[in-house]
Amino acid sequence: MTPLLVAKDIVAGYQPDLPILHGVSMEVTKGEVVTIIGPNGAGKSTLAKAIAGLVHVTSGDVWVDGTIATNVAAHQMAGAGVGFVPQTANVFTTLTIEENLVVGGAALAKPAANRQIERVFGLYPILADRRGDKAGVLSGGQRQILAIGRALLTEPKLLLLDEPTAGLSPKAAAEMFATIREIATDGSGVLMVEQNAKAALRMSDRGYVLAEGENRIDGPSSSLLDNKEIGAIFLGARPDDLLPVNQRNDP
Amino acid sequence: MILQHIADGILSGAIIALGAIGLSFSMKILRFANFSHSELLTWGAYFALIFASFTAAFGPGLGNPVGPFSFGWKFLAALVFTAIATSALALVLHELVFDRLRRTANHMTMVFASFGVALLLRHLVLLLFGGDPIYYSNALQFAVLLPGGVRVMPDQVFLLGVTIVVVVSLHLFLTRSRTGISMRAVSENPDLARVSGVNVASIVRWVWIIGASGAAVAGLMYGMTVQLRPELGFSLILPLFAAAILGGAGSLYGAVIGGLVVGLSENLSVMIIPTTYKPAVPFLLILAILYFRPQGLFGERQ
Repeated sequence: MTPLLVAKDIVAGYQPDLPILHGVSMEVTKGEVVTIIGPNGAGKSTLAKAIAGLVHVTSGDVWVDGTIATNVAAHQMAGAGVGFVPQTANVFTTLTIEENLVVGGAALAKPAANRQIERVFGLYPILADRRGDKAGVLSGGQRQILAIGRALLTEPKLLLLDEPTAGLSPKAAAEMFATIREIATDGSGVLMVEQNAKAALRMSDRGYVLAEGENRIDGPSSSLLDNKEIGAIFLGARPDDLLPVNQRNDP
Repeated sequence: MILQHIADGILSGAIIALGAIGLSFSMKILRFANFSHSELLTWGAYFALIFASFTAAFGPGLGNPVGPFSFGWKFLAALVFTAIATSALALVLHELVFDRLRRTANHMTMVFASFGVALLLRHLVLLLFGGDPIYYSNALQFAVLLPGGVRVMPDQVFLLGVTIVVVVSLHLFLTRSRTGISMRAVSENPDLARVSGVNVASIVRWVWIIGASGAAVAGLMYGMTVQLRPELGFSLILPLFAAAILGGAGSLYGAVIGGLVVGLSENLSVMIIPTTYKPAVPFLLILAILYFRPQGLFGERQ
């Protein structure tokens, strides 16, 4: 089966002569949740943005569903079935919930967009109940739901999530992971960048560890969870440091 | 007396408001202060003059007067013509100058380029039409006396109505149409709009079209109620910026309220300060708003 996403030897960065990614490669297949972990500055977010078309790829290739998609404009990537939820500022706070979804359907014809808006309201009734409210008044968890709902509007083949549980309570984070699992079960491929490494690996199928803009380790999530080497990659720390602060054993 | 100043202030405020809408949108969405925007008002007024001359067979000026007005049905055609022509001019400027610069230069370069474009546009008007004041119509119009001793021209009342129609239409466009909602999305977060599937380049062209159309209508209104001259727009540049900054960049309602505040305070100021100082009023308003509420009345804090 052709992988949904193939990123091969990606070199990319915000300035032409200052690459952040130095030849990163990875794959995502249909129905799979893949997690990217790594220390701060590893280039995880940059990779997601490069695939989504927001950051220029200076060399290497991106293939989506067998079609080359390197440096395709971000709005065309959205139309071609790649949904992207950035880490911060991922909803339009001055727009209502319904208007956020209208923007998410910009790449679709109007009748199809309206159908999709109702579908997303069906998936997440919390959004339907508050469709006229400004997105700025939503709680962190509700914002993430809206951000994902907005990205699901085009029924993307591939969903890129940049730290979907950042700033969420443990309960909201668990609910978010369950939502992500459902999206993959429905047939999309999900590529997720996460700081919450252990929790993310526990619910995903495979993982990639990035450091300093390069691939370090990859494999099935279960093998990564047991891998003692990963702790060393995270700032040369012990595996315990992979845990969220409140779950560590340190005094 | 005060009622007369208020009436005059509202009418000049309407013109400033229509001009400020485009300026406010370009400050927020195109992310630079476009000093050539006021020249679009001048060109809007002169495009209507060109239309009036080429359609002289259908009546003089803006048409044979209907009822108490100085113009006829031709006015509506002139309004549409000047909006389209001014939008076309704005899109040419966008393609030839601003879009090219935007890719490589920072916003200060864009601001200085807009000064250059403004000079070019203003002197082109001078070259083509001369420096003498021109009027659409030589017909005399008598002011109507309203309750409270307020005198207004019927034209002014009609144009206030036009302003209300334009603002309500824009409100509906921004809140009901997909393009309008996408425009507000680009205004808040261009990258998120991109990944949502919004073609930002196309939205930017819409911003120019809306700004230029508002400027064209404002220019036509100024030409009808005052006169046409090459420095028409230039003389309004400070009130336009004051209205846009006062209202808050990117806010339609802000630009409208800002325009009215500037128009009213300019006209009311003559009651307490000499008329020669009237042009300083918008400047003082800019200073005051930047000191007390830099994001403007309706602007979002960055």
